Amino acid sequence: MTFKTSVEFVRRFACLTISVGLVACGETSERDLAGADRVFQTQLIEQLIDAQPGDIIEIPEGIFAFDRSLSLIVDGVTLRGQGMDRTILSFQNQIVGAEGLIVTASDFTLENLAIEDTVGDGVKVNEGNNIVIRGVRVEWTAGPRTENGAYGLYPVQTTNVLLEDNIVIGASDAGIYVGQSENVVVRRNRAERNVAGIEIENTFNADVYDNVATENTGGILVFNMPNLPQRGYQTRVFDNQIFANNTGNFGHAGTPVASVPAGSGIVINSNDDVEIFNNEISDNRTANIIISSLHSANYAGYAAQDNFDPYPEGIHIHGNTFSGGGNDPDGLDLQALKLLLVGPLGRMPDVVWDGYFDADKLIDGTMPDALRICLDNSDAGLVNVDGPNDYASPEIVTDQHQCSLAPLPAVELAAAR
Amino acid sequence: MKIRLLLGALTLLVAACSPPQMAPTFISEGNPALLSEWGMMQSDGSRLTLSDGVMAFDLNTPLFTDYAHKQRTIWIPDGLQAEYREGEVLDFPVGTVITKTFYYPRGENSDEVVRTNQRADGWRSDGLVLTDLRLMETRILVHREDGWTALPYVWNAEQTDAHLSRAGHIQRLTLLSDRQNSQDFAYVVPNANQCAGCHAVNNTTRELLPIGPAARHLNRVYEYPEGPANQLQTLVDAGYLDTWPGGDQTPRAAALFDAMAPLNERARSYLDINCAHCHNPVGPADTSGLHLNFNAPLNANLGLCKLPIAAGGGTGGRHHTIVPGQPNLSILLYRMEIMDPASLMPELGRSTVHDEGVALISEWISSLEGTCA
Repeated sequence: MTFKTSVEFVRRFACLTISVGLVACGETSERDLAGADRVFQTQLIEQLIDAQPGDIIEIPEGIFAFDRSLSLIVDGVTLRGQGMDRTILSFQNQIVGAEGLIVTASDFTLENLAIEDTVGDGVKVNEGNNIVIRGVRVEWTAGPRTENGAYGLYPVQTTNVLLEDNIVIGASDAGIYVGQSENVVVRRNRAERNVAGIEIENTFNADVYDNVATENTGGILVFNMPNLPQRGYQTRVFDNQIFANNTGNFGHAGTPVASVPAGSGIVINSNDDVEIFNNEISDNRTANIIISSLHSANYAGYAAQDNFDPYPEGIHIHGNTFSGGGNDPDGLDLQALKLLLVGPLGRMPDVVWDGYFDADKLIDGTMPDALRICLDNSDAGLVNVDGPNDYASPEIVTDQHQCSLAPLPAVELAAAR
Repeated sequence: MKIRLLLGALTLLVAACSPPQMAPTFISEGNPALLSEWGMMQSDGSRLTLSDGVMAFDLNTPLFTDYAHKQRTIWIPDGLQAEYREGEVLDFPVGTVITKTFYYPRGENSDEVVRTNQRADGWRSDGLVLTDLRLMETRILVHREDGWTALPYVWNAEQTDAHLSRAGHIQRLTLLSDRQNSQDFAYVVPNANQCAGCHAVNNTTRELLPIGPAARHLNRVYEYPEGPANQLQTLVDAGYLDTWPGGDQTPRAAALFDAMAPLNERARSYLDINCAHCHNPVGPADTSGLHLNFNAPLNANLGLCKLPIAAGGGTGGRHHTIVPGQPNLSILLYRMEIMDPASLMPELGRSTVHDEGVALISEWISSLEGTCA
């Protein structure tokens, strides 16, 4: 059994579920742009071209329609609206550009506006230091649809990144996606009805706290992917509310998140040194926490680089509040596994581990403390689903993982602004 | 300098039936509102001619831009010259002005253009006859003290001059293949910031650079009025380039339509000019881990059995960038065939499918051996 089979299961039935859902809640459609301002586009594009370091570009209240993406290539610019419900940049009519706004610059601040219905990503920041995105709403206004853009807020190869007080709805990949970055704070955001609510990928030193992730397919993801210049480790996920992330997976086949089963609270995949504490995690129907390796994430036959480490190591789970969840796993195979383990009325342990570990790292048959998966969370349980043996002998192994690790350091942003 | 003088003389000879000559000018700052202010070319609406000393050139395999034809020129102020570089773009002095003019053969109705493959028209001393051509835009790349600046100019309806359009422009056109087949598309003039989307080939330094005038792209024969000659040799003869090692010692990108060139070389050349300005190890698309530059080794970073990273709908439901022998399972090909702006590649400058490019890359992937399972 693999996540892949569960995804195929989802694929077969999710469309039905989603379309029924949409019909049931009445026809969902994108924002009506009848009264939108279509002239402002040229002015804003020219302001972005003429921007000088230190400039603050204020966008007035209103609904503004764009037919092409915006781009900024100058350091030190602030782009500011009058509030995420007052200044609305709609890209519903977009015919060119892979993002709503693409920024290739440092010392950038984006705040207090909304970006809606982009054909691709909402906001992408590609390489830069000191990036602040706050009070921004990125939304696909017709709700979860596979044809929505991939990412809402997408800083990649950035350093010193602060994402706070944002709302992201409807991304067909991740609402907030931080890729290949360093020194990252993601706080007080709300991510709902995305495939992945918040995803930290190939990133070093990230703090994810005080966020709400609900009604996504998976709430908060900490992933590592091969063939990239930077590997990820050292992420703290704490003080978040992660509940009822049960939306059917509407991601595109072939993308990493398409392998996430609906009903996943937190998923750690191939990442190391991840501390998960003081979160309220509830009612995620497959599992409240999943710890897995690239091996079980439907990537059979991948051509990873030789030195890629697919094993999640140094995982520390403590002080979280769990309730509900694990009662109705996504996919027939996971259902069967649950039946076998806890019966029809039981629920899966709060932590599900696929069971892959690096035998080469064992010393005298045991994993060194710093590399262990540690669960120090009152009565929460951990199940090893025995992925390496094709899920032949799943077993609840809570006792073997009762340990704790040294706390990870808090992220300090170099230029907190 | 001989050829430059000779060309000057030729231009004078035909001056009687051509638009009045202007002197090429290096404008060191500001944003001139009209293309004519640069003095690189002039049009009276019936004929577009190049000014004295402005040299046309072409590339072995050019970037595809919706079947537009392109006239490229270089001009370097008197007394200055570029320095030869083997693996990268030539090192042009401050003052250099490069232009690229996009145009189509006209259809019968307005806003109809004819689909034809790009080809080198040759350097006609009497210029481009505009009667049957639709001029779209001319992009200026000027090397100023603080680096290269990109400025897009959109031609007026009379085709007498082009106006600066820094915010870009979208022109709805119909592309005619033949009498039966046509397709509507949006011809997109990028805005000045978007120029950096391709021309900042290193996303860390973000320095704007020309892409085409590298030795491997220029190393070819061009039809000059005096007869065919190698472009690099001609640049040296004109005093525009300090030196070059000669044809056999200089890298040469294979031409897309050169049936004599090996399939692998044509495919890699095509990927290089169409993709590698972003997909190189320091480019904006290094985030994907996919490197398509001409000298990238054949491995996972060239896409072989490589997993997508942040492709979103760009996977087309496929699992690997390139599946050897299986073009229809390869994300690379999907992204060349798809029209959705969120998924298509390249991200800018393509609103149609380049059938000939798709055929080439499909054939190349088919020729690769191995499996991903």
